Amino acid sequence: MKKIEAIIQPFKLDEVKEALKGIGIDGMTISEVRGHGRQKGHKEVYRGQEYNVDLLPKVKLEMVVSASRSEEVIKTLAVAARTGKIGDGKIFVYDVAEAIRIRNDDRGESAL
Amino acid sequence: MKHIEKLCVMGLLIAPAALWAQANPDVQTRLAAVEAAAKSAQSAGDNAWMLVSSALVLLMTGPGLALFYGGLVRRKNVLATMMQSFILMAVVTVIWAVVGYSLAFGGDGPILGDFRFALLNGVGAAPNADYAGTIPHQTFMIYQLMFAIITPALICGAFAERMKFSAMLLFMTLWMLLVYFPQAHMVWGKGGLLNAALGGKVPTFDFAGGTVVHITSGVSALICALYLGKRLGFPSDSMKPHNLVISFIGACLLWVGWFGFNAGSALAASGLASSAFVATHFGAAAAALGWVIAEWLHNGKPSVLGGISGCVAGLVAITPASGFVKPFPALLIGFLAGIVCFWMVAAVKQKFGYDDSLDAFGVHGIGGTLGALLTGVFATNAVNDSFKDSSGKLLSLGLVDGHAGQVVNQAIGAGIAWGLAIVGTLIILKICDVLIGVRVRKEQEIQGLDVSLHGEEGYIFES
Repeated sequence: MKKIEAIIQPFKLDEVKEALKGIGIDGMTISEVRGHGRQKGHKEVYRGQEYNVDLLPKVKLEMVVSASRSEEVIKTLAVAARTGKIGDGKIFVYDVAEAIRIRNDDRGESAL
Repeated sequence: MKHIEKLCVMGLLIAPAALWAQANPDVQTRLAAVEAAAKSAQSAGDNAWMLVSSALVLLMTGPGLALFYGGLVRRKNVLATMMQSFILMAVVTVIWAVVGYSLAFGGDGPILGDFRFALLNGVGAAPNADYAGTIPHQTFMIYQLMFAIITPALICGAFAERMKFSAMLLFMTLWMLLVYFPQAHMVWGKGGLLNAALGGKVPTFDFAGGTVVHITSGVSALICALYLGKRLGFPSDSMKPHNLVISFIGACLLWVGWFGFNAGSALAASGLASSAFVATHFGAAAAALGWVIAEWLHNGKPSVLGGISGCVAGLVAITPASGFVKPFPALLIGFLAGIVCFWMVAAVKQKFGYDDSLDAFGVHGIGGTLGALLTGVFATNAVNDSFKDSSGKLLSLGLVDGHAGQVVNQAIGAGIAWGLAIVGTLIILKICDVLIGVRVRKEQEIQGLDVSLHGEEGYIFES
């Protein structure tokens, strides 16, 4: 099993969700986060007081899929989230040791 | 004034009629009844406008100023900031009823009133002819109270996010007694040193409180900001306004409420009230443009905060002038106020580095002073014909009427307000500091005043 963690532009969330649904992935966890990579922030000025805003709003998606599907999910996700401009985000992939469905103690891939 | 003309016309009609009426007692009774009815009709019209104006001026403090200031602070201090404005609506009202109104408008001393209206003794339905002969004395009293409420509330912008609530209550109570009531009496009270209409030694023009409200509060605000010191983390930490949307709503409510503030200061539903209404609106509009244009040129972007700050600066500057100037000078006064106040908060404040958190000094102190001086330039008897010499000839008012000395009088008036505000505020802050301490503890400031002082939060998203 693989955990796929993607940090994307907030306005791309709907497109990404639709694309993943299209390949049969409908379980995911989403959080609103702030951060930046190579993308520069912007300047805000309030009555002459300047602030450089370098932590920008992003959306983090997390999902766990079977190892055999992970490459397909990554490709779909990347295509849907891409604008081609700096700030599109990143995808990280981790190995997952175990998954348990709390409701009925299903284990492994059947818990996904 | 219009109603004087009306009375003259009436007089002409009445004079021959009176001769005839002597022979006809029945007609005389009917004439008296007509006179009484005319008087009562005027009183009804004036009183209706003045009660609406009173409500409009209260609207400026709550919700107007509370929203405007509330949006400009950080999220953890929104309630504490709104509470400062709100509690003053309650505290000042009680002080006003007990002694405040009397100290401001009782008697005819040069500096301070007396105790004749203490506990609102003698303040009833009968008009007080010294101030407003066509409305109930009570209406005049409640209208003036609304000014007394907003003035201290304006100061709160300077010490936002770091003053103890208890110290603020003591500070404001003493400030009303030592600074506001004397200043209000000097400018508006009968026999007051600066009162142009009722026998002041240095006649200054302050139609709706540029000196009494804005200079005193703005200058006191600067003293508070300097005395309390900067907020923790200023200016390196982000202290961005947490909600400019509510500030926007607040500023627009201030704009609307200000019609009661300025046009209501005619104390009648008169032509002068219309003139002041127009000047007020023009001043606000031009100042919003002045600030936005200056900011656009300076920072490259026109901001919403700049627009609403500009309109408030213009309303401040036009306040003393509103019952004295024509519409185009009003536009000019507003435009200048927008630019000058922008320069104060964006350049001068940054240079000196004091933490006047919400720019009470930059907008009210500077805008008020600018407005006081420009009133001396643009005041004209073509707008305000209530100043006449002993032979009934209209007096020249400002520089545009050929009376350059008025600018000097305005400067003296403003200077007295600055001096009283500086000295009074320093003494009161010292008293509050010794008795209870003026500033919250460091950990309270970090946690935010909403939780540490009031035990609640402004925004709860989980519930």
